[in-house]
Amino acid sequence: MKKIEAIIKPFKLEEVKEALTDIGVQGMTVTEVKGFGRQKGHKEIYRGAEYTVDFLPKVKIEVVVSSNQLDQVVETIIRSAKTGTIGDGKIFVTDLTEMIRIRTGEKGDSAL
Amino acid sequence: MFNFPFQKTMTRGFKLEKIFLWLIFMIIFFPGSAIAQEEAQISAGDTAWMLTATALVLFMTIPGLSLFYAGMVRSKNVLSVLMQCFAITSLMTVLWVIYGYSIAFGGEGAYWGGLSKMFLKGIGVDTLSGTIPETVFMTFQMTFAIITPALIVGAFAERMKFSAMLVFMAIWLTIVYAPITHWVWGEGGWLGGKGILDFAGGTVVHINAGIAGLVAALVLGKRKGYPNTAMPPHNLTLTVVGASMLWVGWFGFNAGSELAADGVAGMAMAVTQIATATAALGWMFSEWLAHGKPSVLGIASGAVAGLVAITPASGAVGPMGALIIGAVAGVGCFIAATKIKRALGYDDSLDVFGVHAIGGIIGAILTGVFCAESLGGAGFGDGISGIGGQVVVQFTGVMATIIYTGIVSLIILKVVDVIMGLRVSEEEETEGLDISQHQEKGYIL
Repeated sequence: MKKIEAIIKPFKLEEVKEALTDIGVQGMTVTEVKGFGRQKGHKEIYRGAEYTVDFLPKVKIEVVVSSNQLDQVVETIIRSAKTGTIGDGKIFVTDLTEMIRIRTGEKGDSAL
Repeated sequence: MFNFPFQKTMTRGFKLEKIFLWLIFMIIFFPGSAIAQEEAQISAGDTAWMLTATALVLFMTIPGLSLFYAGMVRSKNVLSVLMQCFAITSLMTVLWVIYGYSIAFGGEGAYWGGLSKMFLKGIGVDTLSGTIPETVFMTFQMTFAIITPALIVGAFAERMKFSAMLVFMAIWLTIVYAPITHWVWGEGGWLGGKGILDFAGGTVVHINAGIAGLVAALVLGKRKGYPNTAMPPHNLTLTVVGASMLWVGWFGFNAGSELAADGVAGMAMAVTQIATATAALGWMFSEWLAHGKPSVLGIASGAVAGLVAITPASGAVGPMGALIIGAVAGVGCFIAATKIKRALGYDDSLDVFGVHAIGGIIGAILTGVFCAESLGGAGFGDGISGIGGQVVVQFTGVMATIIYTGIVSLIILKVVDVIMGLRVSEEEETEGLDISQHQEKGYIL
């Protein structure tokens, strides 16, 4: 099992969600997050007072998939979240040691 | 009506003719009763308009100004600003009734109107002020005595103790606002006597509040972390809604200051709209040039700057004067609120000085220029014959207001500071005034 964390542009969330459900991903967790990478922040000016906003709003999607689905899911996220401009985000993949469905107590892939 | 000399100039011809015909009629048909009949009579039209104008001016403070300011502070202080404006509205109402109205309009005198109308003594259902009930005039003026202190709130926002704020405002109304109002608009007031043109309160309201605000900002000191910590407005939507309400309410302020539903009120309304729109554009384009983007806060601030600047001029200038006053105010207040404030380093949180004092001064001085009939205005003040003379009188009024309110506000603040302390503790400031002063939060999301 793999856990995929994708940091994407907020306005791409709907597109990514559709694309993932189309290939059979059955669930995901979404969090509004803030951060910066190479894009850095932006400037805001209020009555001449200039503020640098370092942390930009992003959306983090967490999806857990079985190992054989990984490549397809990663490709799908890249395809649907990409704009080609700086700030498109990152995808992190980690090994997952266990997963349990609370309602039934099922474990592993069958809990997916 | 109270020392609006230009208005006399404008309507004198018409009124004299009417009174003359009326007198002839009365003498022929009712010999002996003519004099009694000539005394002021209530005008339903004027009264209807002034009832409306009074409500409009109250609408400027709550909710207009309150929202304008509330949007500009950080979310932890949103309630404190709304609360300050609301409490000032209530407190000034009571003080105005007890003695404020009397000091400002109670009777004749160069410096104050005395105490003869304390508790509104002698003002009843049938008492008139000009062609409107005195109750209406008193309430109309009360709404001015409400908004002027409320304007100062922007200067010390996010750091003043609520209790100290109430005490300061009560004393300030008593020994600063009410007397200056008398100087300019009261019977026998020394500035009014010099022929100053201040139709709706450039000196009385805006310069007065703007200077008191600057003094308060200096005495209280900068907010913790200013100017290095980011303190962006927390909700500019509120600010734009508030600015829009101010714009609408201001027709009551300016056109209402004619105290009648007539041609001068009509022109006051027109020039108010013209100057405000021009100043909004002036600020917007200045900012676009200087910072690369036209901002929402900028255009809203520009509109307020225009409203402020046209206030003293609104019964005295024509449309061309309004265009120029608006343009100068839009650009001038932009420079004051952005460049000058940065350069001098004082923390006038919401730019009460940059918008109200600077806008008020621009308006007061330019009123002296554009009131000239040759420039489309309604003419000079009583006993003044040229632009030079009028500008000197306007300048005198500006300086008198700056010096008096500057010194007296400073003394009041220092005294209140010694007695009870002006500022919240550092911890309370960090936590926010909503929780520390009022035990509430603006947003529970």
